[in-house]
Amino acid sequence: MKPSPELLRGLPDRFEHAVIAFVDADGYPLSVATGFRVDERGVVVLDAVAGDEVQPPEGEEVNVVFSHIRPQPGVGYDERRYVSLWGELRRSNGHLELASRREQHWDEEEMTFFELSERGVPQARRYFEQVSSETGRDVRPRLSLGWLFLRTTRLPFLSATFVPVLLGIAVAALHDSFSWWLAAITLVAAACVHLALNVANDIFDTLSGADEANVNPTQFSGGSRVILYGLVRLRSMVLLSLGLYAVGIGIGIALAATRGWSLLWVGVAGALISVFYTAPPLRLVHRGLGEIAVGLGFGPIMTLGAYFVLAREYALEPLLVSLPVGILIALILYVNEVPDRPGDAAAGKRTLPVRLSKEGVIRGYELAVAVTFALIAVFAVSGLIVRPAIIALAALVLALPVRRALRESYENPYALMPAMGKNIQLHLVTGLLLVAGYVTAIIADAVSDDPPSFLS
Amino acid sequence: MPLLPEPIEALLETALVSELTVLDSRDRPVTHPLIPLYDGELIYLTSSVLFSKKLEHIKGNSRVSLSISDPNAVQVERFARATIQGDATVDDSDLHSGWEERVLPLWRKKEPVIDMFLGKRVALPLFFERAIIEMRPRRAFLWEDGRTDRPPQVFELVEAVR
Repeated sequence: MKPSPELLRGLPDRFEHAVIAFVDADGYPLSVATGFRVDERGVVVLDAVAGDEVQPPEGEEVNVVFSHIRPQPGVGYDERRYVSLWGELRRSNGHLELASRREQHWDEEEMTFFELSERGVPQARRYFEQVSSETGRDVRPRLSLGWLFLRTTRLPFLSATFVPVLLGIAVAALHDSFSWWLAAITLVAAACVHLALNVANDIFDTLSGADEANVNPTQFSGGSRVILYGLVRLRSMVLLSLGLYAVGIGIGIALAATRGWSLLWVGVAGALISVFYTAPPLRLVHRGLGEIAVGLGFGPIMTLGAYFVLAREYALEPLLVSLPVGILIALILYVNEVPDRPGDAAAGKRTLPVRLSKEGVIRGYELAVAVTFALIAVFAVSGLIVRPAIIALAALVLALPVRRALRESYENPYALMPAMGKNIQLHLVTGLLLVAGYVTAIIADAVSDDPPSFLS
Repeated sequence: MPLLPEPIEALLETALVSELTVLDSRDRPVTHPLIPLYDGELIYLTSSVLFSKKLEHIKGNSRVSLSISDPNAVQVERFARATIQGDATVDDSDLHSGWEERVLPLWRKKEPVIDMFLGKRVALPLFFERAIIEMRPRRAFLWEDGRTDRPPQVFELVEAVR
């Protein structure tokens, strides 16, 4: 790329010296530091260097590099940046003028190191292929098995499953339908389907090119990237996903056979949403339906399913209490999709943040949060869910930094990361406070034949 | 074994950044800022596979030069600038952990925060798949006080490798 006048004119403000690199008479590269300025024409003028052995040549391509770091004693350094120019030198008035033809540069204030690294992934893959070819063995990147499983399945996201399932179990327990082993096996089945969905999502995002197009992944967004990085083969991912689905669905069928075949209504709906979230032909997430699908799957479907396993019937209460949790899980996806916008758009994933303007996305977030907490207040006050569940309103405060970060850091994925974490906490804390509300009601019910109305 | 002059060793031992110049497939110089590491005999640099073009270049042409030029990035009593020419080899026999055994202790001395990043290897798995560049010096140039408007002292360390 030819250097822009802005890049060249900015050099003296950003760098204190230059290094001229050229090929010497022995065929070795040789590099010499010197001072420089940029003249009114925008030409880099380098101070002459002394000594016959280190004279840069005229009329041959040289590489002039400007590099800067700021040492941080005892830690390392920051403020990393460099500009590399290639061109020919010409002597003029005791100086060396560089006719710059092409450039390469990086400034960590303009492009984070994480993005720079992500842009290097294709080169890394080529290098592994090259080393494999040179050595005759399959050389691949590695991680320890535990870390690899955590990364591949995106294990920490299981809180999205635990909250609605625990809620369903808590509502059932309030109505005297509880069994430890049924609760545990329901959690295992739901977790398997969730992890299978995560793995399947990565498979389809890799195949569609969405992961490769996304150069700004964060710990909350952009998928596990294990296939893209070469850590896990596509075939292994397919087998893992199928295996997890088999366990989850197998347990679900066994539960349906023992607790009531009506369980299949939510079981089949959940499995279909899970599979077709990214899988063709429906590819719900590509059609802007991903947020609704996730809200349904990790809200009403999981809560109703868990409730049914224990109570052997459906009811209105678990459905109502699952709605706030479903909206908040959809909001996790919604906010996490903000940094993924360019990659998603390139891969044809028309998510809501791809479709909406920044203002639209923020307004949507505010509205969804307002509806969530209004539902909790109305349901609890009216007694449609237990009244102690109103304590979940305390979690509303967690939405404020997310809203602020969306306004201030919408275009900066890494500055948005803390807000993405806070948004996950919003779901988790709200859900756990709802569960706590039910536990309070269960305890009140157990210790008193006629508990006060604010505890039931 | 070549022995670098003491002032250049002092620079290598403290420099947080250097400029490694390699030759591309058309013998054009390409320079990369990298941390130089020195064990008293050889100079080591380490490169992630993410930025491995330089490794391909070194495999194609082993001739390299390394400059220490930034007064802000070295801690020596009397600043100097140095350039070392030499022949480099790439050790990518164990990209996953070979560099941890061979160069991490040297790297840690200069950039202690690397241990914190290494603890989060799961977040940056490809960054920590790394090759070692091993550089054997053949000639060195030293500019006292960093003044390249004066001729350098030249140190011939070994016969040129042809």
